[in-house]
Order: sequence, then structure tokens, then C-alpha cells
Amino acid sequence: MEQKNIKVHVANLKKSFGKLEVLKDISMDIEEGEVVVLLGPSGSGKSTFLRCLNQLEVATDGTIIVDGFNVTDKHVDINKVRENIGMVFQHFNLFPHMSVIENIMLAPVELKKMTKEEAREKSMQLLTRVGMEAKADAYPPQLSGGQKQRVAIARALAMNPDIMLFDEPTSALDPEMVGEVLEVMKELARGGMTMVVVTHEIGFAREVANRIVFMDGGYIVEQGTPEEVLKNPKEARTIDFLNKVL
Amino acid sequence: MGAILNTYFNMLLKSLGNTMLLTLLALVFALVIGLIFALMNVGKNRVFNLIGTIYVDAVRGVPLIVLAYFIYFGIPQGVKSLGFTDFRLTALQAGVAALAMNCGAYMAEIIRAGIESVDKGQMEAARSLGLPYGTSMRRVVLPQAIRTMIPSIINQFIITLKDTSILSAIGFPELTNTGKTVASNTMALIQTWAVIALFYLVVITLLSKLAKYMERRIKRGTEEY
Repeated sequence: MEQKNIKVHVANLKKSFGKLEVLKDISMDIEEGEVVVLLGPSGSGKSTFLRCLNQLEVATDGTIIVDGFNVTDKHVDINKVRENIGMVFQHFNLFPHMSVIENIMLAPVELKKMTKEEAREKSMQLLTRVGMEAKADAYPPQLSGGQKQRVAIARALAMNPDIMLFDEPTSALDPEMVGEVLEVMKELARGGMTMVVVTHEIGFAREVANRIVFMDGGYIVEQGTPEEVLKNPKEARTIDFLNKVL
Repeated sequence: MGAILNTYFNMLLKSLGNTMLLTLLALVFALVIGLIFALMNVGKNRVFNLIGTIYVDAVRGVPLIVLAYFIYFGIPQGVKSLGFTDFRLTALQAGVAALAMNCGAYMAEIIRAGIESVDKGQMEAARSLGLPYGTSMRRVVLPQAIRTMIPSIINQFIITLKDTSILSAIGFPELTNTGKTVASNTMALIQTWAVIALFYLVVITLLSKLAKYMERRIKRGTEEY
């Protein structure tokens, strides 16, 4: 059997906010090139799980190894690991005081990965990839939601990450703009990017995911291929959830 | 009033210059002090939080004139008793120090509020790119915070300018102190203090107008966002 490269290894992850235990005991391996979609009702812990992977939320207990680095170890330089993990947020979080291209150039230039000229060239390539090259000198407030999210994806790609995290990337968008963002994400998936996606877009999950993980109450309830989880769910909670959203 | 202006105009203008010098020096140091303590207060380090809180509360809880007396009279005596007999502080140095410490405490609160007004997602987005905390603060959070802070900073500038009159008590020849001299020379008390008030009024009104103008410009800028 072909030995696949494990990109993300999570073992017995627990996360509490004060007395509220949001993640109770999560273990998961994610292989290189795999697209994992996290489904579940709100409050199930899926966004928290995603934010633990790049330590925007510090894990309370357990181990997370990304690209061979133990990010739960305080001695590991988390900034270095984060360069390899792009993240896209529900509310875009573009920097409003910088132009589109400056948003993308910021990290590579500040972290001295590229000269300004190299970063500008690379940023234009990324903008072309997401169909936003015409807006390079615009400012984020002048863009539509869908355009903002495409720029945010380009920004997340600027450091050449090999893992991308998406935290409800289409939830803040008007319905007619969801398609353009999903299209960019599909293109990324086809290119072999390892992706972890929190979304409510079942259609996207069915079409693009290699694996769907259904979470509820801080646990993984059920997981499998889209075929298995969407067509033949085994657990009552999964069936209940899918009945509500489908 | 005309007679006083005729005779003392140059002297008054020079002392107004001293007042402005005192204010501007104090403001520059206060911005540095304010930024340092604001950063201590918004960070997660408990020790820094405590130091920041103690500084702000302590300085705000002491009247400016007491602080000025402590620095101008108290500190030189203390340092001399340690054996540094040549140590002295000019009224300008002590005045700037007292004003800067006082103004710095208020500035810390203005800057802290400005930083906290920036959406948390901005810091998260910057950190998720691999940027360290300091770089994220400097390139992403502070530039946005400053926009909301500018009107408050100009207001604090006005307050500090008025507070310089308190430092006439340690003998620095700023506007109020010069007013005392003129008043005792001429014995024309109403006219003298009316002229002094007018000098303050003109400068402070101009600054207030500037603050209003900046506020409108920033509002318009944010609407474009």
C-alpha cells in the first residue's frame, strides 16, 4: 500500500473557555492533498478545532502536529509554522488601510521571504489566479464581499502554505457571491492543496471533499467519504442535522 | 488693555512661546510614555498589565502641582543626599517631566481605547500569516487605531496646554507666570488677566477647530472604508 504523508496529526485535543469545554476529545489525521470538510451544528466546536490547528486558540490539552512541528509545544516557533498554514476567515479580515496588493505583499516582505519586487510579482500572479488582478490598487472597502474573500484567499497563499484552513468562508456573503469563492476553493483543491474547511455548503462538501467529518458537542460523531456521510449516515445526530440542512 | 499690549506684547509673546514649548515637549514624551503603558495594558502578560494599571491610576490620582513640587523640589534633594551634589533640575526640565508623566497616563488610556477599537480579526489575520505580535501591532493594528485616536489626542493637547499654567508655581516663565509679573508691575489687574486669558483663548480655539476638522476628515475617510 502507498504510504501517504500525514500533514496534520491531532491526538486527544481538548479546549475549554473557562468552565465551558468546547472540544472534548478530538483525534484526527489529515493526509497530504486531502480536503476535509467539517460539518456540524453551531456550537459543535468545528471553528474552535480549526483555530486550534494554527494556535489562534491555544489548546487546553492534547497534541497537534502540523508538518512535523508540535504546535502545542511552547518551545516551537509558532510564527514559523503559521507561514505554512494559510487561513481564510468568515469576515475576510482584510487590512482596510492597505491596498489589495499591499495586503498580499505584507507578510512575504515583512518576514523577508521576498524583495518588494518579487512580492509584487508573486502577488499579481495570485490575484490573477483568483481573478482579481484588475483590483490590485483598490482598497478593501471598495470591494464586494465575494471579491474581498477572493483577495483574502490570495493573501493566505502569499507565503506558499501547503495547508489551507477555511473558517466558514462563504457564510458572510450574499448568495450570488458564494459561487465565485467556492470556484476558487475548488481550483485550489484540484491543485492538490491540503484543505480543512468549515462550511455549511453541503454541495461543496459533496463535490470536493475527500472526507466529511461531522462534529457535535465537542466530539467527532461520524466521518467518512461524502457518499457515506451524506447518503448513508449512521448516527442519529448526523441524520437529524442533515435532515435540517438538506 | 491697549497700554499693556503696547508695553508688554513682546514679553507676552515670548512667554506664550515658552508655554507652547513646554506643551509640545511634554506631549512628545507623553506620547512615548502613553504608547509604552498602553501596550503593557493591552498585552496578555499579567505583570505588565499590573504595572500599566498602577502607573495610570497613581499618576491620575495625584494633583499635577503635587507631582511638579515632588519632581522640582523633592527629587534634587533626594539625589543630592545620595552624594551627587552637583545635581540640579531646571524649571523647564521638571515642568516637562511632571506634565509628560501626567499627560502620559491619560494618553495611555486614549491609545489603549484606540487599540481596542480595532476589530480582533485584524490581529488574528496578521498572526495567521506568521507575523510576530509586534509586527502585527505596528503594521496592522496601530495604523488603524491612530485614526480613531487623533481627535482625543488633540483634546489632550488642549488640556495639557491649559495645565502648563499650573507650572507657574515652580517659576517657569510661561504665560501665566509672566501675567503675574505684568500684573504686579502695572497693578492693572483686570486688564492684565483679560489679556492673558485672551492669549490662551486664541491658541486653544484654533486647536479646537483643528480637532473638529480632523474629526470630520477621519469620519469621511471611514465612510469610504
